[in-house]
Amino acid sequence: MFKPSHFAAVVLFALFASVVFGITQRETPQRMVRYGLYCFVLFVGSAIVLSWLMFLIAR
Amino acid sequence: MATPNNKNAEGQGFVYLPLIAGWLVPGAGHFLLRKWGRGALLSASILGMFVLGIAMQGQLYGSAHDILDILGMAGDLGTGMLYFLSRLLGLGADLVQVTTADYGTRFIVVAGLLNVISAVDAHNLRTGRKV
Repeated sequence: MFKPSHFAAVVLFALFASVVFGITQRETPQRMVRYGLYCFVLFVGSAIVLSWLMFLIAR
Repeated sequence: MATPNNKNAEGQGFVYLPLIAGWLVPGAGHFLLRKWGRGALLSASILGMFVLGIAMQGQLYGSAHDILDILGMAGDLGTGMLYFLSRLLGLGADLVQVTTADYGTRFIVVAGLLNVISAVDAHNLRTGRKV
């Protein structure tokens, strides 16, 4: 059984989703890569920010 | 609306073939349109997400008892043949008992949703709405 850490799961999820979003939502290869990277950063960044927020609220 | 690309698409076989092929087999819609790079990346991403979901002992929704199950099953069905094949082979967990399995369940559902987006993209390429 594959047991990734919470962060590894977020990174894997973000990676796969960003690739699909990049390819399907933009038309030129350059814009696909840029949009894919943008989505990846937003996925991982928002997960980190929300995690800290929940940590601080729970204290 | 009939655009020049739409007119070009007419009379070249079944318009919905990339949509259906893309739904049944991740990336196949793009392969049919000779978009090899895009198809390979989409296929690897969707297959990777689905396989990791199964490896995490994620649940494959087999029956729908409430609204959440129905939504989960709709997502799972988005993976096309992967879903039916996995059900036949008895893959996936019946019950989610650990946190990782819950992640796995989401991975499988999202793989299905991403596959639907991918299939619609192939259809848009076929009809000329996208280049």
